[in-house]
Amino acid sequence: MDITQTTLIEIREAIAARKVSAVELTRAYLDRIEKLDGDLHAYDDVYAERALERARQVDAGQITGSLAGVPIAIKDNLCTDWGTTKNSSRMLENFRAPYTATAVARLEAAGAIILGKTNMDEFAMGSSTENSAFGRTKNPWDPDRVPGGSSGGSAAAMAADLCAAAIGSDTGGSIRQPAALCNIVGLKPTYGRISRWGLVAFASSLDQIGPLTHTVADTAAMMYAMSGHDPLDSTSANVPVPNYVEHLEAPIDNLRIGIGKQYMSDANDPAVTAAIQEAIEIYRSHGAQIVEVDLPHTEYGIPVYYIVAPAEASSNLARYDGVHYGYRSPSATTLAEVYYKSRGEGFGDEVKRRIMLGTYALSSGYYDAYYLRALKVRRLIKNDFDRAFEQCDAILCPTTPGPAFRAGEKVDDPLQMYLNDIYTVNGNLAGIPAVSLPAGFAQVDGRKLPIGIQLYAPAFHESKLLRIARLYEAATEYWKVRPAL
Amino acid sequence: MANEISEADVRRVAVLSRLELTDEQVRAYTVQLAHVLEHIHKLNELDVTDVEPMAHAMDMSNVLREDIVGPTLPVEQVLANAPQQAEPFFRVPKVLGDGGGA
Repeated sequence: MDITQTTLIEIREAIAARKVSAVELTRAYLDRIEKLDGDLHAYDDVYAERALERARQVDAGQITGSLAGVPIAIKDNLCTDWGTTKNSSRMLENFRAPYTATAVARLEAAGAIILGKTNMDEFAMGSSTENSAFGRTKNPWDPDRVPGGSSGGSAAAMAADLCAAAIGSDTGGSIRQPAALCNIVGLKPTYGRISRWGLVAFASSLDQIGPLTHTVADTAAMMYAMSGHDPLDSTSANVPVPNYVEHLEAPIDNLRIGIGKQYMSDANDPAVTAAIQEAIEIYRSHGAQIVEVDLPHTEYGIPVYYIVAPAEASSNLARYDGVHYGYRSPSATTLAEVYYKSRGEGFGDEVKRRIMLGTYALSSGYYDAYYLRALKVRRLIKNDFDRAFEQCDAILCPTTPGPAFRAGEKVDDPLQMYLNDIYTVNGNLAGIPAVSLPAGFAQVDGRKLPIGIQLYAPAFHESKLLRIARLYEAATEYWKVRPAL
Repeated sequence: MANEISEADVRRVAVLSRLELTDEQVRAYTVQLAHVLEHIHKLNELDVTDVEPMAHAMDMSNVLREDIVGPTLPVEQVLANAPQQAEPFFRVPKVLGDGGGA
């Protein structure tokens, strides 16, 4: 058996029992990347020497911890004080961050070995990883299809076993949607659960870092290593972090699963509808009570998101001025040209589109009609969830309406691309945790394409959310199915 | 609320955004942004009178700490990513005269 076809927890046990060395394991992943990633393009950059050096230190007992020797991949928007942090953008192609993201530092402190940085939609803006300045990532399940996005590189790397665990960022579904389309577990934590220090800002009130792994237990292990307050991020929550791994198999009394009726659209792929039905039966068999919940403002999530996220992005991305760091146009001869040309040439189409949309929504005469109204509807969306959670412990719904779409299919129609996030954006707007789980396959043109189901829980209920997710996973084990590569 | 966005609007917003766009980009963005804004107009269906705006997911404000000087990055490290520098400064082309209007 290939030692890369495994889980984080199994790797930890194998390394602890000295059945495999960290160097052997790291080499196995690097060899697989060498063999497969030229075609897949899950990684923007691989740091083989650094990874092997850290693996040697694990084997020598100089690096220890709950993730010692586990080879992982990190999204290219996470700063490290080594290598580049490109954001899959020309703007930051040569950017070498002077510091390391807290989440990354914590994973390394726990002993994880970073293999490289994964491809993404530029500045995390997109749902297909086609917006990368360095070329798209292929879905390992079907190379003609997208892996989802924006954390598509991390999801594809996981699906192809080019790492044992990965992290991404999720602003409107950018962890959960690619996880669903690649048969991976992907969790967006509660806003504030994990420090955003060193995560390149897209929309600061929505962005969260989170894991992509094969199993719920692996996600629990990654979450435990990364979570908790950080003085460097004043929006990180000063809330105790339970040991997610230890609590994972604890029984849940009086479990109540909510079904959001607004999520059960006829437009969903039949395989998605069937997956929800199967999940309902599984929870029933565990004695759960199934309750229908009403989330009447669900359909307003996309319009709210596409005001709030671009508005915040237009402000956050003002820092790319061609002066302090990042790309400067070689043809700029005045300071004004440095701004206009560097930004015009350094940003890709989608990033410019969103900066424009956000600037428009915040501009004089439009602020009340767009931005302020969107913030009010955001409140209504959060109120929907608050009311629903009075009746249930978690809400079960699809992660996406259907399986992966074809590359090129939606690139010229931004609205269609945006609507792919219809079931995920509301979690970011409300700030609550959500996990996508492998939920079987749709048969499309003779190919098996993964789909996902999603569970939402109240803020800071990750521990219970993972236990609920684990019940479903134990009954299905779809995660064990791997793409033919 | 405007029903659509014109090419002139797109050019105005591009200036506010400090983005140089080609004529072709202006045309494409005008169509695409109009399409997206049309969907966003869905928000007008709702009565939001007396709804408190929600700018942030967590109920927190004014996180304070002691005013203690911590470690800072050395100047050469800060300047290391600058497209052009003349330590201890960031270097830019002419600001005044023709370079104005930035």
